Amino acid sequence: MTRWTPDPTFYPSPSDAAGAPAEKLAYVAAFDRTAEKPDAIAVVDTDPASDSYGRVVGWTDLPHTGDELHHFGWNACSSALCPTAPHPHVERRYLIVPGLRSSRVYVLDTKDDPRQPRLVKEISAEELAAKADYSRPHTVHCGPDGIYLSALGAGRGDDGPGGIAILDHQTFDVRGQWEADRGDQRLAYDFWWHLTQDVLVTSEWGTPSMIEDGLVPELLLGRKYGHRIHFWDLAKRSLVQTVDLGDQYQMALELRPAHDPAATYGFVGVVISVEDLSASVWLWHRSGGSFEVRKVIDIPAEPADPADLPPALQPFAAVPPLVTDIDLTVDDKFLYVSCWGTGELRRYDVSDPFQPVFAGSVHLGGIVRRTPHPAFPDEPLAGGPQMVEVSRDGKRVYVTNSLYGSWDDQFYPHGVGAWLARLDASEDSFTLDTRFFPHGDEFRGRRVHQTRLQGGDASSDSYCFPSPSTRT
Amino acid sequence: MTWESYAALLALGAFHGLNPAMGWLFAVARGMQERSRTVLLRSLPPIAAGHLASVAIVAAIISATRSVVAANVVGITGGVLLVGFGLWRLLSERHFRWAGMRLSAAQLAGWSFLMSSAHGAGLMLLPVLATTPVPGSAHAGHELPGAGGSPLAALTGLGAAGVHTVAMFTVMAGCALVVYEFLGVNILRRAWFNVDRLWAGVLVAAGALTIAVTA
Repeated sequence: MTRWTPDPTFYPSPSDAAGAPAEKLAYVAAFDRTAEKPDAIAVVDTDPASDSYGRVVGWTDLPHTGDELHHFGWNACSSALCPTAPHPHVERRYLIVPGLRSSRVYVLDTKDDPRQPRLVKEISAEELAAKADYSRPHTVHCGPDGIYLSALGAGRGDDGPGGIAILDHQTFDVRGQWEADRGDQRLAYDFWWHLTQDVLVTSEWGTPSMIEDGLVPELLLGRKYGHRIHFWDLAKRSLVQTVDLGDQYQMALELRPAHDPAATYGFVGVVISVEDLSASVWLWHRSGGSFEVRKVIDIPAEPADPADLPPALQPFAAVPPLVTDIDLTVDDKFLYVSCWGTGELRRYDVSDPFQPVFAGSVHLGGIVRRTPHPAFPDEPLAGGPQMVEVSRDGKRVYVTNSLYGSWDDQFYPHGVGAWLARLDASEDSFTLDTRFFPHGDEFRGRRVHQTRLQGGDASSDSYCFPSPSTRT
Repeated sequence: MTWESYAALLALGAFHGLNPAMGWLFAVARGMQERSRTVLLRSLPPIAAGHLASVAIVAAIISATRSVVAANVVGITGGVLLVGFGLWRLLSERHFRWAGMRLSAAQLAGWSFLMSSAHGAGLMLLPVLATTPVPGSAHAGHELPGAGGSPLAALTGLGAAGVHTVAMFTVMAGCALVVYEFLGVNILRRAWFNVDRLWAGVLVAAGALTIAVTA
């Protein structure tokens, strides 16, 4: 049943959202790599005034094993205020939680007890395949007229094409495949949109057979992983333009369009260049009628003693940064960049998106450095800042350390562990919060992947109205 | 048409104009996107035209058929349909879908037409139309039709739709301009009560009223 007044977590514009109250809870996807115990959503207290601040205060086990929880998202968000199909009285209360390995999709209700989300629906892999011909569901975005869910694989087998399925945002039924005309798009990963411009953007990783057993060196050196981004007509659901970054740039993953609905640019992170193991961030922008891209951030690999490296990297005597996630603050000012290989979280001032300015860095973990958290200086950390989530006001940044089960094992063969760190950010600095570091046994033997913040965060909402300050 | 009928048509038009989902919010969004009051103002006529078309079709059909069929049959059948439609709107989980923010004036009118039709905007006028005497017959509600009554009656329906739309346009334009110029869209977070539910309730009430008046 719908509400009488709009959901209070919906905001018409980015600046309104930036004024939202701070999140009290964070939801974290936790998975068991051995597939012996069920995966879970862990609930972490993020209220500094609380006695249990920084601790796991809720836990919802899922009914099956082997799902490999990865990304997830809300059923509804600020896009419900968009005027084309307004639904302001739906509620942001359900988490849509896909199992990347099992292809199941769970729906969890957070309303009655936000600390113990309750499973209310399960979509089977068979249903997703039958109705949308997709498998390996990955990214969730709440659109004004439904829930958009990207998937890496086709409905049957371990190959592509991957794409986007649509779910009803109230019944969660699979409505079908989103694409009306996909052209030669085959590889899928992330997607997001310029909602007011009727533009949808998708990126490329690989099909299930290319990723599920780990990074395949032959495919990487053969430049077979994704290196293109696609621009679609959001209304007509057809591919309009494809831009190739160049086949040395392997794995164009996370897409972060500007939140300002009057802007038409965004950033995409590239994991690795096969020519020098560097990572990069690219800007897309509209020029005339079409989109152009340019590399705006380049992060070089760091020389390393082969003895400190996992077998896959020893021949190169260098540790690649591996930019596996990026996140743009709601005011579009700062871009956070995860370097999962070197164990570093970088920040860039992207007020001028064409000219990012390096604005600080924090080390944590890393293949070689293994930098400990300041609160536990005697514990070298594995993994690195991976999924990064920024609060709506931009003052808090959360990072988890697992990338993907089989890839964790390759790059951190001695175990990746599990940790969630929080940083406090201001205009001038960002530093690790020494009171907030749930890790190790707190996650009950699971690895932690993505974080979602109660009420919304910087990577889950879309706005249809420009901020008052940007209006003339 | 009596003064009471006109007043009812105007009130229902104002009610439709008040609903952000019926159009004015779209006009505000377009204005803000382009940072132009002119764009906002230019968006209003197509939205009103789409609404008029949706309402006029229903109104013309009701008025015309009333002159060829016994009015109480039309009234009661219409009333029952209206109650059913209202309950369906109230209880169903369905929602209107339309793709795209970048629309031409014609597409915007089409959007408005579909939005109004899907919400049963024209049907809401049934109590007014079903109780309005048909031109050319003093007691149309109790007589079989006279030849030549239909076209004239349809015109009455179109007139009613026009009056209704003028009120809708005026209120819609007022809301759009006040929000665009003074309040800002953040007002929606507090002021946008669930018009859809009220709307469904009004449909049910309109149906019941029609049955009561014509039976």
